[in-house]
Amino acid sequence: MINNIKKLIKDFSLSELRGGLKITAKELINKKITVQFPEERTPISPRFRGLHALRRYPNGEERCIACKLCEAVCPANAITIESEMRDDGTRRTTQYDIDLFKCIFCGFCEEACPVDAIVETQIFDYAFVDSREGSIIDKAHLLEVGDNNEQMINETKLEDAKYR
Amino acid sequence: MIAFWQWIHALIPWFDGAIATIVIILIKAIALVMPLMLVVAYFTYAERKVIGYMQLRVGPNRVGPKGWLQPIADALKLMTKEIIFPSKANIYLFLLAPVLAIAPAIAIWAVIPFDEGMYVANLDISLLYVLAIGSVGVYGIILAGWASNSKYPLLGALRSASLLVSYEIVIGFALVTVVMIAGSVNLNDIVMAQKGSILNWYWIPLFPMMIIFFISALVETNRAPFDVVEGESEIVGGTHVEYSGMTFAVFFLAEYANMIFMAVLAVILFFGGWHSPFEGIAYLEAGFAWVPGIIWLLAKSTFFMFLYLWIRATFPRFRYDQIMRLSWKVFLPWTIVWIFVVALMTQLKIGPWF
Repeated sequence: MINNIKKLIKDFSLSELRGGLKITAKELINKKITVQFPEERTPISPRFRGLHALRRYPNGEERCIACKLCEAVCPANAITIESEMRDDGTRRTTQYDIDLFKCIFCGFCEEACPVDAIVETQIFDYAFVDSREGSIIDKAHLLEVGDNNEQMINETKLEDAKYR
Repeated sequence: MIAFWQWIHALIPWFDGAIATIVIILIKAIALVMPLMLVVAYFTYAERKVIGYMQLRVGPNRVGPKGWLQPIADALKLMTKEIIFPSKANIYLFLLAPVLAIAPAIAIWAVIPFDEGMYVANLDISLLYVLAIGSVGVYGIILAGWASNSKYPLLGALRSASLLVSYEIVIGFALVTVVMIAGSVNLNDIVMAQKGSILNWYWIPLFPMMIIFFISALVETNRAPFDVVEGESEIVGGTHVEYSGMTFAVFFLAEYANMIFMAVLAVILFFGGWHSPFEGIAYLEAGFAWVPGIIWLLAKSTFFMFLYLWIRATFPRFRYDQIMRLSWKVFLPWTIVWIFVVALMTQLKIGPWF
């Protein structure tokens, strides 16, 4: 009986509704923690595996020697390599394609590479045209990414090296 | 503002009788509808911002400074989108439905007194007019549900119809108590009867009726937590499912215009309309005498509009049978009881309101 009356009073005073309203009112004036993406970025681990890049030696010679270890280790068969002998007698790639639709960003290519040529950078906000051709990035593009971000690649790889 | 209206009235002899009247009414109607549409547009912006903030987000902030142009962008998008007609739908009724939804939503504003003598029409039965026109709006939703030739819209239309039947009664009874105290169904007179001070406003003797009126207004305007007519998670978008582009935008406008109207009506009936809350307090009354009445009205209704958003951000949707139970088993008996209480208070002259 007493409990019933208590419940009635509680119901008619809308106490539970007022409790809910109080919580949302508190959140209304709370500080917002949203990161405004293009202007602000969340910190990224140096071990982050993003878009691929092909690196060069400081003298401008490309590192890749077309050993095809990355092609062999790739679990998704995303890498396609063709090679031939260059005029100076060294073996170089003529084609180095990565299909970003197939790639699972496992980082095995980077680990397999004996000359640290193929790396995965911290770039994640890339875009390509939504087609089979658009998803494949070729050697020229990979080298361009490497040239443009050499400093970032150097720093992050150096930072991560001591844990490997 | 009053001077402006008197100036317009003073111009009447310059025109020829009937034409002058029509022109005057047109000018008044445009002066009412254009700001209303602007308020609707920025009410949607406020809704997204307030609900975003309550959910620890920041809401729209990309279009224009602080996102201020977001409603304009939304309007442009809806205007340029294609209007899709479902196959085998009745195109004439399909297009008539949004018109039937927006026409009452705008017409209902005609009797609202924004300030002393500031209205489009001063009907002696304005409260009845409000009830009558307010009920017509549901025809738009029912027609939309039927003409779409689709399952979910029909379900939404049925829900809307039954909700309206149940809650129109509750709102009617709640308004009866106001009419009993004010002794008039003219909204102007109802506001004038609340003159004096904040204690003369009807929210004190009619506090439960105010709560019931506001909750019923939520149901009438299909707002969360009673938005079963749209019910995204249950029936996709209810009556709006098959509507796109401008036809949808018109429904949207009607819905929000109705929400703002209910907020203004709540202020007029229970919170003293255009009267300043400082009336009767010696120094404050003189200090705030320069504020025009329409500002007080809009400020008070802004609070109720905020309450709409606050409630939407807080509560989960009611189950359909719970809404029905709330109407028939809780609100209806409670309003009838309060009618008797008010009748007794009026008869025995209790309090300053009678």
